Amino acid sequence: MSKIKSLDELMKIREEAEKSFNLRSTSESEDRVQIRVGMATCGIASGARETMNAIVDELEKENITNVSVTQTGCMGFCEEEPIVEVLFPDKPSVVYSLVDEERGREIIQKHIKQGILLENAIMNKSFNTARE
Amino acid sequence: MSYKMHLLVCGGTGCHASDSDILLETLREEIKANGLENDVQALVTGCFGFCEKGPIVKVYPDNVFYIEVKPEDAKEIVAEHLVKGRRIERLLYEEPTLEVKLAEHKEMPFYKKQLRIALRNCGFIDPENINEYFANDGYQALGKAVTQMTPRDVIDSVKESGLRGRGGGGFPTGMKWDFATKYDADQKYVVCNADEGDPGAFMDRSILEGDPHSVLEAMAIAGYAIGASHGYIYIRAEYPLAIERLKIAIAQAKETGMLGEDIFGSGFNFDIELKLGAGAFVCGEETALIHSIEGKRGEPTTKPPFPAESGVWGKPTIVNNVETLANIPVIINRGSDWFAKIGTEKSKGTKVFALAGKINNVGLVEVPMGITLREIIYEIGGGIKNGKKFKAVQTGGPSGGCISDQFLDTPIDYDSLIQIGSMMGSGGMIVLDEDDCMVNIAKFYLEFTVEESCGKCTPCRVGNKRLLEILEKITEGKGTPEDLKMLEELGSAIKDTSLCGLGQTAPNPVLSTLKYFRHEYEAHVNEKKCPSGVCQNLLSYEIIPDKCVGCTACARVCPVNCIEGAPKKVHVIDQSKCIKCGACYEACKFDAIKKG
Amino acid sequence: MENNQLTKEMYDELERFIEAIPDKENAIIAVLHKAQEICGYLPREVQEFIADKLNVPANKVYGVVTFYSYFTTVPKGKYAINVCLGTACFVRGADKIVNELEKKLDLKIGETTPDGKFSLDGLRCVGACGLAPVVMINGKVYGKIKPKEVNKILAEYND
Repeated sequence: MSKIKSLDELMKIREEAEKSFNLRSTSESEDRVQIRVGMATCGIASGARETMNAIVDELEKENITNVSVTQTGCMGFCEEEPIVEVLFPDKPSVVYSLVDEERGREIIQKHIKQGILLENAIMNKSFNTARE
Repeated sequence: MSYKMHLLVCGGTGCHASDSDILLETLREEIKANGLENDVQALVTGCFGFCEKGPIVKVYPDNVFYIEVKPEDAKEIVAEHLVKGRRIERLLYEEPTLEVKLAEHKEMPFYKKQLRIALRNCGFIDPENINEYFANDGYQALGKAVTQMTPRDVIDSVKESGLRGRGGGGFPTGMKWDFATKYDADQKYVVCNADEGDPGAFMDRSILEGDPHSVLEAMAIAGYAIGASHGYIYIRAEYPLAIERLKIAIAQAKETGMLGEDIFGSGFNFDIELKLGAGAFVCGEETALIHSIEGKRGEPTTKPPFPAESGVWGKPTIVNNVETLANIPVIINRGSDWFAKIGTEKSKGTKVFALAGKINNVGLVEVPMGITLREIIYEIGGGIKNGKKFKAVQTGGPSGGCISDQFLDTPIDYDSLIQIGSMMGSGGMIVLDEDDCMVNIAKFYLEFTVEESCGKCTPCRVGNKRLLEILEKITEGKGTPEDLKMLEELGSAIKDTSLCGLGQTAPNPVLSTLKYFRHEYEAHVNEKKCPSGVCQNLLSYEIIPDKCVGCTACARVCPVNCIEGAPKKVHVIDQSKCIKCGACYEACKFDAIKKG
Repeated sequence: MENNQLTKEMYDELERFIEAIPDKENAIIAVLHKAQEICGYLPREVQEFIADKLNVPANKVYGVVTFYSYFTTVPKGKYAINVCLGTACFVRGADKIVNELEKKLDLKIGETTPDGKFSLDGLRCVGACGLAPVVMINGKVYGKIKPKEVNKILAEYND
């Protein structure tokens, strides 16, 4: 990436970045699903890395290509780590708690493939934030 | 099968107690009765953290949030909402007037106690991808500052926001920056204090791991404001992941021109370098930290001169904590007025607390200043583990104190916490229950400060050691009433005469427990009893004859063979030989051994 | 303790690192971090080597080494056991875990077993308070452990 030399340039890059970040605002990526895995020290200590690998592996096995898996920071709820968030376009996010490898694979099999939420594993992360 | 709608019913302890399980059953029956079982799935979910209005029902994807739903409401929810698509107004939760415009999908007010400013991107963006930071207002504040504001504007903005240092003392950040502008020098420095040493506090690590760019952006803004072109992040070597993510973030920021030369074409240059700490709590003190950056022993020096006059390499320096910095971009973007509306009169904005100890929901929470401990512990934290009784909450780490239940409803901010004998500190919040001995807790913190005292000044080096010895004496059952007086006298002398913040605050855990839990000290000293059953020397174990079935388990594990009794007969402990190891207590499967 | 031999390669690597530092006098902590990474610990001869290369008095280096708890002058075990002694772990029984480990390994906190296999140390808060009490062995985290489980964990390192 080249250096950004003005605020206008930053705003342009922001717009582009926002499109790929915020699935809801783009029409061409209507079927894109995003999975975020909380990968801070506490998450990793509780096995988030293994969970993420299992999720990626399961997606490959199932040949699912419209799902992107990314890491993110601490979601704040240590007791429930590893935490995984599933974002379907135009739908509110669903946050799963205590996701071990097995539950990670189950998320792919049920939630991603069939649209069935995993009973008992849902936790909700929603708070007021400073973003506009 | 793919469901079109989901009904989430809270199954947390609070809601469960108000019949959420019956509610769920009734909802399922109604769904079936209306032939919707293939379209709507009703399921249990974890606590929404909003127990006071339970049971909670959330409807996806409509984003409708119903509160205080009773089983008899189920019929109406299904008939009106699910079948006809009409929301049931009387069950809707009304959001209190909040002048924060929330993102679309965050409009749901559950978890309403939290307001995330410093943690805004944590758990939301990929910290290793600068584009995701760009997509969420990233580096806009820096761009705005260097191209549209003068350094004076920036400082005034931070001053007007009322932001105070989040690392402990609560010094006004804008004023700190302003001081550094008063001294002329060929070079100035911005230092980020990421030497998070308080045991039980991990918000800084979380910010660095989850949103490193916000700290880099804020440091550059600070550099522009005070006229510095170089920054240091002083970080604990014990945080390898945070170090790694910072390295990646710095490289990406340089590549995109967010750090380096001529930022946004403004002619302003700024670079950031990492400095690793090596495990010394005192290095959280700014003068000690500066010495450590210079590669020396991290011993504090007297102030003045303040770092704003003479800091790193003798140059004007500002030292800001991670959480403080993470607030800066938001203040610049949204304006100081917006920020100043949050919080209390003298403590603006939010504070991140690390909730830990005997609490159900251990975690990081960010709440507006002025919230009460009750709200944090019972509403956000979900109450005390295993249904035990709340005893105290320790705030401020080794520099803070223990707060008893009488202050649960005090709105907390920097000043109110000091008034009740504790302090904000970095925001560690350890919840203690009836099983914790307050004398032992005070001893734990003193052991910590004694070990971490750098040894430079006598009150801290020797005084705290003596305090600890007295506490050890008391927990061993050898204390006298005079010892309690001594603790108070010595404690206040150490506070008054120590060189730096570490020593000046070290007696706080002792003095605050002595003030609010004096009866526990007195029990140790006068009755030679530990009311919580923690201090080993003051314990006695006794077999309750009615409960003992004579299984011999206790006698077999006793290392000194002081338990007598034949199989199937009641056993007895010989108190004169008992070493109070507790092995029998652990071994008994019939709760027949009493600890007291 | 065959693993603690300091080799010439180690000194060479350290020397190359020091050579590349422009401002040598103020780099003691950074050099010590590197030295401990290379050698595993910081015995007297390594400290003297560093003092010599940085052109500072050896006592200054020693002063820094002993000031910071991260630096160690004695070799750690092949498996370094660290028990978190932060407050959250403390109130959830970390002291009992320490007692159990001391008993099982027959050593005191801060020591290394004579065969060099295990060393036991306390550390201040790894920030995984949700998992308290926490034990780390060579970076691997064991959370919510009970004294009874200590044996099982140690058995994993039975080689």
